Amino acid sequence: MSEQFKQLIGGNIRQLAMVAVLIAEIILFQILTGGTVLSPQNLQNVISGNAYVLILAMGMVLVIIAGHIDLSVGSVAAVVGIVLAVLTTSMGLPWWVGVLGGLLVGVLIGLWHGFWVAIVGVPAFVVTLAGMLSFRGLNQYIGKSNSIPVPEEVRTLGAGYMNFLPPIETGNWIINSPTMLLAALGAAAVVVLKLRSRAKLVAAGASVPKAWVMWVQIVFASALLIGLGWVFATGRPGTSFPIPGLIVIVLFLCYNFLARNTPLGRGVYAVGGNRTAAALTGISVRKVNFFVMFNSSVLAAIAGMVFVGRSTASTPFDGNSWELDAIASVFIGGASVWGGIGTVGGTMVGALVMAFLNNGLQLLGAGADWTQMIKGLVLLLAVAFDVLSKVQGRPSIIGLLWKPKPKPEAEQATKEA
Amino acid sequence: MSCPIESFARAGVTVEGSQRGTVILEMRGITKEFPGVRALDDVSFSVRRGSIHALCGENGAGKSTLMKVLSGVWPHGTYSGDIVFEEQTCRFATIRDSEAAGIAIIHQELALIPELSIAENIFLGNEIRQGLGIDWTETRRRAAMLLAEVGLDNDPDTPVKEIGVGKQQLVEIAKALSKNVKLLILDEPTSALNEEESAHLLDLMRKQRERGISQIMISHKLGEIAEIADDITVIRDGRTIETMHVTDHDVDEDRIIRLMVGRPLDNRFPERHPKIGDVLFEVRDWTVRHPVNTERLICKGSNIQVRSGEVVGLAGLMGAGRTELARSVFGHSYGIYERGEVLVGGRRVSTDSVPKAIAAGLAYLPEDRKTQGLNLLDDIKGQVVSAKLKKACQGGISIDWHHVRTIAQQYRQDMRIKAPSVDTPVASLSGGNMQKVVLAKWIYSDPLVLILDEPTRGIDVGAKYEIYQLIGQLAAEGMAVVVISSELPELLGITDRIYTIFEGAVTGCLPTDQADQESLMRLINPTSSRPATV
Repeated sequence: MSEQFKQLIGGNIRQLAMVAVLIAEIILFQILTGGTVLSPQNLQNVISGNAYVLILAMGMVLVIIAGHIDLSVGSVAAVVGIVLAVLTTSMGLPWWVGVLGGLLVGVLIGLWHGFWVAIVGVPAFVVTLAGMLSFRGLNQYIGKSNSIPVPEEVRTLGAGYMNFLPPIETGNWIINSPTMLLAALGAAAVVVLKLRSRAKLVAAGASVPKAWVMWVQIVFASALLIGLGWVFATGRPGTSFPIPGLIVIVLFLCYNFLARNTPLGRGVYAVGGNRTAAALTGISVRKVNFFVMFNSSVLAAIAGMVFVGRSTASTPFDGNSWELDAIASVFIGGASVWGGIGTVGGTMVGALVMAFLNNGLQLLGAGADWTQMIKGLVLLLAVAFDVLSKVQGRPSIIGLLWKPKPKPEAEQATKEA
Repeated sequence: MSCPIESFARAGVTVEGSQRGTVILEMRGITKEFPGVRALDDVSFSVRRGSIHALCGENGAGKSTLMKVLSGVWPHGTYSGDIVFEEQTCRFATIRDSEAAGIAIIHQELALIPELSIAENIFLGNEIRQGLGIDWTETRRRAAMLLAEVGLDNDPDTPVKEIGVGKQQLVEIAKALSKNVKLLILDEPTSALNEEESAHLLDLMRKQRERGISQIMISHKLGEIAEIADDITVIRDGRTIETMHVTDHDVDEDRIIRLMVGRPLDNRFPERHPKIGDVLFEVRDWTVRHPVNTERLICKGSNIQVRSGEVVGLAGLMGAGRTELARSVFGHSYGIYERGEVLVGGRRVSTDSVPKAIAAGLAYLPEDRKTQGLNLLDDIKGQVVSAKLKKACQGGISIDWHHVRTIAQQYRQDMRIKAPSVDTPVASLSGGNMQKVVLAKWIYSDPLVLILDEPTRGIDVGAKYEIYQLIGQLAAEGMAVVVISSELPELLGITDRIYTIFEGAVTGCLPTDQADQESLMRLINPTSSRPATV
């Protein structure tokens, strides 16, 4: 029975532990707040309000897997935000010129960081600490320490809704059709991918879980997608699944694919796991290092633009300590401080754990003091959980609570065996 | 703290003739279980005072576990059975307890701190104090004495990272001696040493035996064991199989191997019928400078030719420039290229980066599989395809993991990689199976030329034989194979021709059927007066 249960939830218990934590957290706050958390408006808020962290974290996780760190993302986002605001509002250029200009700034900063880390060989910690200071200054220099608003189109990017199709009106319900379309497409994709993967496994002669297991998985995933779509689609008329959420989903699909299925992505893991072996295997360590640093700055640029879109203006304080939120998400998502381990999906879950924690505590009326203390503690416990569960052969954490005397020899037991 | 040298010297000379031969250590009925595995099953084993006791067995047989029980790594209570040391029943809770009793262990992976000096390393955790601080003068004086004892002439202030592995091993022994050791355990002490360093280490072990220090040596090298051991215990599958006393270096190596693997091994090297073709791989006038000390040439105009289907050995002392030659040819990944060319199949190829070298048909299996050969965080299937990911891609972009799984499965079967599945992390594999994964990774890259650097180092007898078989198969398929090895019997057993290298220069080339250890030793060490015994 437990074997079938394992197959049902996907086999990798450790990775799913954080998903379980996320779900438990949402349910807890849902009860404590009397149902506010899962209301359409709140979910829209959480997504729009945290899209920038999710985007930053996707860049950060690759940096951390490769064995580096990027402290500059907040400042980079701030520079991009102010460039976007100046180009559009101060200079009166069209919004898309501003967005392209912002992206260009991200690309240039990415090249700058990549150059110092990969070509010159300065540790990324130092390069990006320098960047964090310099680009904060550059933001204030360009904006003369003023707040500058951004145009309506950019605001749509940061907090807009999809209304390109007319809503469906039936009785009391006004349903946003693009959202439902998206959810249906997602569900269809799940079905197709699952079936295709199974067919390939069968063709390769591998053993596959029982058919009912797969169908339960498919039904569950599709129901979740349609259900979430329904919640988003039936909010205040004129609202939908937010556009920044859409940007996150598109980026997630790209980066998840990159990390898992491309030689470049495998190279990032190889370099983080064992740099010497990677070099002797024909992986260009320099190229990988350049890529992760470059990519992180480009994603920081996108995050910066999404953020100013939602906050409606670029200010000198945008992006303060964002790097810490991103790094925390990566570690909660199961990445290793030593590099070589981590997933884009896990990072997204990690970011959402933090996002819902923030949101739930805010809804309960907790102040910033409590919120920060609890967030710090959650980060610590999440990583401690990870560390403990990686030491195989040790009694599980629950087992540890039951047993009065933990036996020290278990620590190296499996290494020996 | 007490004066370690003086007390050590006293302990050394006071062993009476009558005491010699009595039992210093007895381990009785040791059983140690890990979840799901019984690593030691009722092992009994005793060491005579002032003797060298060799512990033989395949990797995973339980030798290291037994030594960990003895040295307190696995504390009392986590195993059953008794340890009697110097007529006292011992219940070590930590390594410190066993050290206090006079047992010191030198692990295969040296536990020195590279940035600290020799003297600092020797007294690390055991510092000589003067008030609140450390008495550096005394530390240096005693360190110098200990270094003289182990035959090392370096300044005690030299950072450990600046001396070679062989000397680091001696520093470890000096460190053990500083602790007034009575029983010294050496785990594979010569696995990283060349012939000359090994000979020195064995001399040192004999000298310590004269002083009355008992020693346990874990080793795969039967030649060494025959030369030095007084007793030999063979362990297999967590059980003691047999203990034999050695008289006059008369050791039946075949018998030990048979006991170790539990089945008769008629031949240590598989038979081959080489079909040698045209010259496939050629290195001409290869000259490379040292990466740091740029004045020094590490390859001096070397010329090497390997034919299709041929297995060619590179023999040389450690530091002679064999690995340096291989790595500089393979993508210029070591040293500063000066001049020289590489030809594959008669055509000049560029190998100035690793990807180019791979594209030209070269593959290089590095000497250290853990730090240079594998990403230990990855699993078998990921590592098998890692040297040619493009080949595993659908349409050149997306890695087809189903295809990868099928391929890895095939390699696992063909090469007999012992692992539950291809999703098994490579870190959990034994040395021999890890090496097979590295080999699979290079075979997957479709090489024409395969350079193997110490392919069987630290691998047990059974797995060695399988690796030799694979080498023979690959050559039979038409590859040009180059084998670098510090073990001359191995080179004599599996190659067709041997190049000798001394101080960066090729000093000779002998067909294997006309070579023996003595003629090779003269070529790889022209300065040595006596032909080294191996």
